[in-house]
Amino acid sequence: MSEATETIEGFVKSDYKYGFVTDIETDSAPPGLSEDIIRFISEKKEEPEFLLQWRLKAYEYWKKMECPGWPMVQYPPVDFQEIIYYAAPKDPSEGPKSLDEVDPKLLETYDKLGVPLHERARLAGVAVDAVFDSVSVGTTYQETLAEHGVIFCSFSEAVQSHPDLIQQYLGTVVPYTDNFYAALNSAVFSDGSFVYIPKGVRCPMELSTYFRINAAKSGQFERTLIVAEDSAYVSYLEGCTAPMRDENQLHAAVVELVALDQAEIKYSTVQNWYPGDEEGRGGIYNFVTKRGLCRGRRSKISWTQVETGSAITWKYPSCVLQGDESVGEFYSVALTNNRQQADTGTKMIHSGKNTRSTIISKGISAGRGQNSYRGLVQIRKNAANARNFSQCDSLLIGDQCGAHTFPYVEVKNTSSKVEHEATTSKIGEDQIFYCNQRGIETQDAVNMIVNGFCKEVFRELPMEFAMEAQKLLDVSLEGSVG
Amino acid sequence: MFKIENLHAGVEGREILKGVNLEINAGEVHAIMGPNGSGKSTLGHIIAGREGYDVSQGAMEFKGKDLLDLGPEERAHLGIFLAFQYPVEIPGVNTTYFLKSAVNEVRKARGLPELDAVEFLKYIKEKAALLQLPGDFLKRALNVGFSGGEKKRNEIFQMAVLEPCFAVLDETDSGLDIDALKVVSNGVNQVKSPDRAQLVITHYQRLLDYIVPDFVHVLYDGRIIRSGGKELALELEERGYDWVIESASVEA
Repeated sequence: MSEATETIEGFVKSDYKYGFVTDIETDSAPPGLSEDIIRFISEKKEEPEFLLQWRLKAYEYWKKMECPGWPMVQYPPVDFQEIIYYAAPKDPSEGPKSLDEVDPKLLETYDKLGVPLHERARLAGVAVDAVFDSVSVGTTYQETLAEHGVIFCSFSEAVQSHPDLIQQYLGTVVPYTDNFYAALNSAVFSDGSFVYIPKGVRCPMELSTYFRINAAKSGQFERTLIVAEDSAYVSYLEGCTAPMRDENQLHAAVVELVALDQAEIKYSTVQNWYPGDEEGRGGIYNFVTKRGLCRGRRSKISWTQVETGSAITWKYPSCVLQGDESVGEFYSVALTNNRQQADTGTKMIHSGKNTRSTIISKGISAGRGQNSYRGLVQIRKNAANARNFSQCDSLLIGDQCGAHTFPYVEVKNTSSKVEHEATTSKIGEDQIFYCNQRGIETQDAVNMIVNGFCKEVFRELPMEFAMEAQKLLDVSLEGSVG
Repeated sequence: MFKIENLHAGVEGREILKGVNLEINAGEVHAIMGPNGSGKSTLGHIIAGREGYDVSQGAMEFKGKDLLDLGPEERAHLGIFLAFQYPVEIPGVNTTYFLKSAVNEVRKARGLPELDAVEFLKYIKEKAALLQLPGDFLKRALNVGFSGGEKKRNEIFQMAVLEPCFAVLDETDSGLDIDALKVVSNGVNQVKSPDRAQLVITHYQRLLDYIVPDFVHVLYDGRIIRSGGKELALELEERGYDWVIESASVEA
């Protein structure tokens, strides 16, 4: 290996900046999973009977399932009896009513993370529903949203205030039978967000949720449901950071989106869970099921994700294009460094006529990271004139990492058109030297090249988020010089 | 201003430069000519500080500073510029953004305030006019999809923007048609000033019709075997390199 390659590698070694633990008492269930635990969770949350029954059915189904072995990731088997399935920050007054009531230590934590909560949230014009471990602790702008008839609250709150909507839509996009982790989530999910945009309403602001895992050994199982009625529009942002932990933490979320006639949902994620140390110790297992259903005619669902964290990422935000002329989009940047592994991509299921989908995937591998794109484009028999365009680009930094592409294409309609493009490139010593010669340091050069590579995806993100994503990418690639 | 003494350097145990001596004063233009494989581009890379070369002997200094101790970006901050023979492409990074980073890094290193976007845009638009660059040039990703001539023009444009004290032009003329050559040479000549110096590496005397050197050196097998005034280039054009090489071996 030449000196310059070593230098490049020096830069991708980084320390996790958000590695701190907030000292807050938690009110937790004992470790392990059983019917009793599920009843405990449901009771804690004072859930209606239908939800408890649904959880129990999911649990019964899950018990018969096996952990999937097909993703291109390697990790020791997870002991599901070791995990704590319910942890809530203990607060005497049954949870804060407003941000002023929130534990200052918690706000301090968010502050360190740069979460634009509190004043910054107001300045940024963003409503924030912050999930700390399993319970929602702060929601802003609810009044403004309420004026427009928009519901944006924690999942638990929605179960109490809008049980009919929950019952109507829960599991309609991702049924508990869908996969191993979706079944587990359905049985034990603790909290998450619920968004409902009524007919004809364009949500007046970007909705944003920051998730954060804090308590030791607590697996976090969020459940998010977003429903956009006819001609409604919403842009939803999800961002995550997690403090440093020695033990692996399981994160198995489910996100369901439903778009009715001419509705549009834009869902953006910046994921920065703790990736583990340089040798891959610790770090989050991020096994997520995200799916959107374009149920109505001319509806549109767009996923944008920037994945820089987690030891293992295993997620495929997908679109089921059921309504005629509906549109699905997937824009992704996934970065793996050190021992990180990512197997991510999307599924575009075309069943309606004249449906269109676009896939732009940018994978960046550094250190000994392994990055796989896995995508399915399925054109069903009745999907006349369906179209798909996929572009999968990989960028390698150093010579010990890997990039893999697994595109699956199933076409059952002869009038459809599917295109797939793929490239793999490496940050070259030539590029670095060129930047150096113009006065730009190696680390800045790597950042610049990586950001250039990701440009097509970043421009799909809302402005502030795009800048944050760029910053995160820089931090993830940061290391000591030489 | 710039001095090389008895420089020996190579790659993986193979010596390419075998004792180069060169002194360049402010205000001077030097040309280095020589047959393929004589070490011309290696010399350019070593001046700019490219990694991967082993310098086994000799010294190189610029404005009294030992260059061999400095990384390529530090040399750039001091005002050393290399116009690349093969400029690289950086997808997704537009030329303006790239140059703004470069200019501000250099300014930062020199303790000057960084230029803001408005100031910078005004500044580079003037420079772009100098090189007769098309309007969309600055918005395009750096060198991506550029023709060979456009890439070379971009190198000289960057030189005009960065205003280096000492510029090394590595075969900037290769791949240029006669009109482009005139534009590029014109750009180079505009950068010329009494406190700056240039080292022009070329195969052809043609370039030296436009960029007139004060001194011409012949590099052969890792050594400068002959130096002279601009008339030496004309003589080389007419007679080739053989006679210089022969007379050098007789002297040795």
